Amino acid sequence: MSPELEELYQEVILDHSRRPRNFGDLADAAVLVHGDNPACGDEIHLGVRFGEGGNVQDIKFTGRGCAISQASASLMTTKLKGKSPAEAMEMFRVFHDLVTGETDDAPRMLGDLRLMQGVRKFPQRVKCAMLAWRAIEQALQQSAGESTISTETDFVAP
Amino acid sequence: MHRVASSAVDWNAIREDFPILREQAHGHPLIYFDSAATSQKPRNVLDALRNYYEHENANVHRGLHELSSRATAAYEKSRQRVASYLGAATADEIVFTRGTTESINLVAQAWGGKFIRARDVILLTEMEHHSNLVPWQLLAERTGAQLRFVPVRDDGTLALDQLPSLLTPEVKLFAFTHISNSLGTINPVAELCDKARSVGALTLVDAAQSVGHLPIDVRELGCDLLAFSGHKMCGPTGIGALYGRADILDSIPPWHGGGEMIVSVTLEKSAFKKAPHRFEAGTPNIAGAIGLAAAIDYIERIGRSAIFEHDAHLAGYAVERLTELPGMRVLGPREDRGALVGFVMETAHPHDLTTFADQHGLAMRGGHHCNQPLMRRFGLAGTTRASFYFYNTTAEIDRMIEILRAAVRFFS
Ligand SMILES: Cc1ncc(COP(=O)(O)O)c(C=O)c1O
Repeated sequence: MSPELEELYQEVILDHSRRPRNFGDLADAAVLVHGDNPACGDEIHLGVRFGEGGNVQDIKFTGRGCAISQASASLMTTKLKGKSPAEAMEMFRVFHDLVTGETDDAPRMLGDLRLMQGVRKFPQRVKCAMLAWRAIEQALQQSAGESTISTETDFVAP
Repeated sequence: MHRVASSAVDWNAIREDFPILREQAHGHPLIYFDSAATSQKPRNVLDALRNYYEHENANVHRGLHELSSRATAAYEKSRQRVASYLGAATADEIVFTRGTTESINLVAQAWGGKFIRARDVILLTEMEHHSNLVPWQLLAERTGAQLRFVPVRDDGTLALDQLPSLLTPEVKLFAFTHISNSLGTINPVAELCDKARSVGALTLVDAAQSVGHLPIDVRELGCDLLAFSGHKMCGPTGIGALYGRADILDSIPPWHGGGEMIVSVTLEKSAFKKAPHRFEAGTPNIAGAIGLAAAIDYIERIGRSAIFEHDAHLAGYAVERLTELPGMRVLGPREDRGALVGFVMETAHPHDLTTFADQHGLAMRGGHHCNQPLMRRFGLAGTTRASFYFYNTTAEIDRMIEILRAAVRFFS
């Protein structure tokens, strides 16, 4: 097995992809974001409920996708519960820099999400890792209602 | 047409003609199973490109000097070569384009713009590549024409029993793929053309996946138009052609304006050349056309019947071996398939599988293969596709199975 593969698919990542945490529909979600990766057809449906001060009170997802996108979503939901919108956005930024290779040392605040650093050696897979995060970014911006996002930033809906 | 039996060809020696097959990928010998995306190029094609630039390079149809004559002669000889390869009546029936996509867009824009009106129908199938779908959507939007689709059955074949209700006199054009790039289905082109003709509809065949893989004779098939790309049949990228029966090409107005395609120009108005030059505005891909002719030479030396036999053997063997794997679903017909196999595995998503394979030197494609509606039809987001050409071997397929077994262990 190549070291790149071992690094990309660490045991924790495979575990989250096989048994995603917080997988399911979120009853009385304030925001529901449908995320789409048109390049590969993967999708995520992310439900978020906000508590006091707009904190992420509960967060769940459904959808289908590769191990990277599923694990990233699963890890993200465990990490974001209870976070303030500002903290969540900071996490988004730091995670993005981690998987795109902007930062070398993985910040401690990411916890297990640091294990996703291996994605940086696979540029074609960055969008897989970012799908759930694009969805939460949108959820934080709208705080109520339903919407659709795509990993293709220049994607124009027909 | 050559009729060489597959067994008479030394397939291993043929690999020597493809320098790239000696490459390593991630420290492993390269196994190239992505020829449906683009094929590799034999040395004689690379040499033809080099020879052109070293000895013949000049612009065509305009210079009065020696090199221009050589370039023009080589370019037009290539057109002849394509015409005879396809069984066209004359070289004037061959328009050089960038490839399948541009050929189809030419028809949709120039022919469609002139002949298609609101409520006319363009008949397609559910298995079309986006390049034989989106141009028609654009035409439909512009003209108010309607699109209809021949459904695909669960076994990956067209639901031909539904043709009578779909192929009605409102249908002006039936455009369909010869071989599906996701399912491997080989459609009965001659039969479909025949049925279309009986209601007065023109036919356009997307031959991207077939033109380098099996014998094609446009007059035997009875198609009116046919589109293909050179790069999937050993030729360079950026060159392909549209075949159009002479009377049809002559009826189509120009689409791109510019040099090369005019007879005379005043500030107000221009007179256009006849087909095919009318459709080739600007300096064409001269080297590409010459490389394509060299690719045809190469393919014909082996013989398309032999290639088809060899391809079919590889595809059949791959299906047989793949179905040994646990949780395996192979798409498309069991028998009579083109040189490719699309599949999904319970244990691993196509993306993960393709990444895993790549790390073992095995190049496949994972995703929707520009077939999003077809993937949806089968309830899939995508597949992994192994596609073959005559330079592939059963030993490589055995290696693929080993790698996929390792993937099953790794991901489950
Ligand atoms: C069936 C089919 N049609 C059309 C195309 C488009 O070919 P090109 O991109 O060379 O224009 C392809 C290749 O991807 C194909 O497989």
